[in-house]
Amino acid sequence: MAGILVCIEQRNGEIRKASLQALSEAKRLAGGDLPVAAVLIGEGVTASAAGLGANGASKVFVADDANLKLYSAEGYAEAVVKAAEAFGPSAVFFSGTAMGRDLAPRVAAKLGVGALADVVALSREGETFVARRPVYSGKAFTTVDSAGTSPQVISLRPNVFELEEGGGAAEVVALDGLALSIRAVVTEFLAAEGGEIDVAEADVIVAGGRGIKGPENLGLIRDLADALGGAVGASRAIVDAGWIGHSNQVGQTGKVVSPSLYIACGISGAIQHLAGMSSSKVIVAINKDPDAPIFKVADYGIVGDLFEVIPPMIEAIKAL
Amino acid sequence: MNCIVCVTSVPDTASVIKIGDDGKHIDETGIKWIVSPYDEYALEEALKLTEANGGEVTVVTYGPARSEAALRDCLARGAHKAIHVLGGEATLGDSFTIAKALAAAIKDQEYDLVLVGVQGVGTDNAQVGPMLAEMLNLPHVSGITSLDIDGGNLTAGREVEGGKEVVSSPLPALLTCHKGLNEPRYAALKGIMAAKRKPVDKIEVGTLGIDESAGGTYSIRSLELPPEKGAGTILQGEDDPAGAAKEVVQLLRAEAKAI
Repeated sequence: MAGILVCIEQRNGEIRKASLQALSEAKRLAGGDLPVAAVLIGEGVTASAAGLGANGASKVFVADDANLKLYSAEGYAEAVVKAAEAFGPSAVFFSGTAMGRDLAPRVAAKLGVGALADVVALSREGETFVARRPVYSGKAFTTVDSAGTSPQVISLRPNVFELEEGGGAAEVVALDGLALSIRAVVTEFLAAEGGEIDVAEADVIVAGGRGIKGPENLGLIRDLADALGGAVGASRAIVDAGWIGHSNQVGQTGKVVSPSLYIACGISGAIQHLAGMSSSKVIVAINKDPDAPIFKVADYGIVGDLFEVIPPMIEAIKAL
Repeated sequence: MNCIVCVTSVPDTASVIKIGDDGKHIDETGIKWIVSPYDEYALEEALKLTEANGGEVTVVTYGPARSEAALRDCLARGAHKAIHVLGGEATLGDSFTIAKALAAAIKDQEYDLVLVGVQGVGTDNAQVGPMLAEMLNLPHVSGITSLDIDGGNLTAGREVEGGKEVVSSPLPALLTCHKGLNEPRYAALKGIMAAKRKPVDKIEVGTLGIDESAGGTYSIRSLELPPEKGAGTILQGEDDPAGAAKEVVQLLRAEAKAI
């Protein structure tokens, strides 16, 4: 039987949680009958390879090279393809991070196959993987497979699949003889200011819309986000108005998010916004207009003035 | 500086999605088709680059007859010529086959840059760009929000979790474009008139060696709407906002266990 190869992402040598989630899901799907291997790429990463056994890998292919210190689609794709050639998997999994979403299609094209992106649920029929993925930014969900082509390249949405631990050390295999003809290279990584949490990764999001009246009132949204240890999101309206950067935008043409808690403040709920956040586990809406569409997707709503509601909310949260 | 821009037609983002009779695709009744919003950033960047450096913008689409409207829209905004690869209805969501068709249509063109939107709005795959780059043997940078070109090199910024990567690459290259890169222009009346006279080269996808009936790499088993949500608890906070605020925090703690 062929097996599942999982591409592991690291930054500065630190293995990212989303990769371990993908590896855990691979192990669950593999059951007892499919072997699971991982491929780890970077510089000075060999030492952390054997530890991936704890999340389900029995074998870890390692491409450890100074030219792979920072991510490059071409260099990393070459390494993944080399590991796939050595392992002969029926599927190659990636985490659906910025890197995984960039790398998976390049690897797939190199292997001459298609890919299933941003998958939120997986099952297995023999060696066929069946994936559920959101389309139209979550306005609908589709169930798809790779139409009998192999290997099946699949990227798994972060924070959807559970991380599991409990295996021994993995066998480590070095990938040698990589040509690494890299043209596009990352030359610099600019960390976001003040260590602000990215909405795509946040467990709690507090989002503001036109109801906040002006950029000077974003502080109130930020204070509520801070009280909950969350990130600040935004409707398209206030991004287009220039009140906040586009990286904070939630919705179609912005980020599609599914945090544990989403608090929409002064957001009426345009269909494009709802598409991007309605799969959040718990939704709270605060809006003056009782007929605002946002209340239709809200688990809890407060009809009222956000400027009068948020400050006592922050107080109540701090008092918990 | 010659630029190729690949675009796709998608349902207007304001569309309400309904499931079609086959249970696999959307009901297209009443759908307004637009140029996929991310492709507009690709087109705008190409127009700016050719306005500054000379050269031509060729816009390419792979889609059914109705997709010509998207090409005319791009020509009206300033693209010089267009290639329409006819087909594409059977390959919706099949990024690999779409990239193959586009690669076949582009490979003999002269270009310094290929620009595409980061993803087609709707299928949301974000895969055609990197696949196309591999097929054309080009370096690529995906999801760019900034771009500088200096001679035969480019520097692009792309947002990733927790920050921004700065990527440098020689030309020719492929870029997938994200919101924040620029502000797309609208077509003016003069442009719309001029677009009618601009050439659109029509190619049947079969003549590019793509067999759409071959099954591809993406098989849709079903399409469904997300499960409907039950009605939420709505608190009236006009008269006692502090009371409603306290109550919702209690509910989030005790009932929803969300904080």
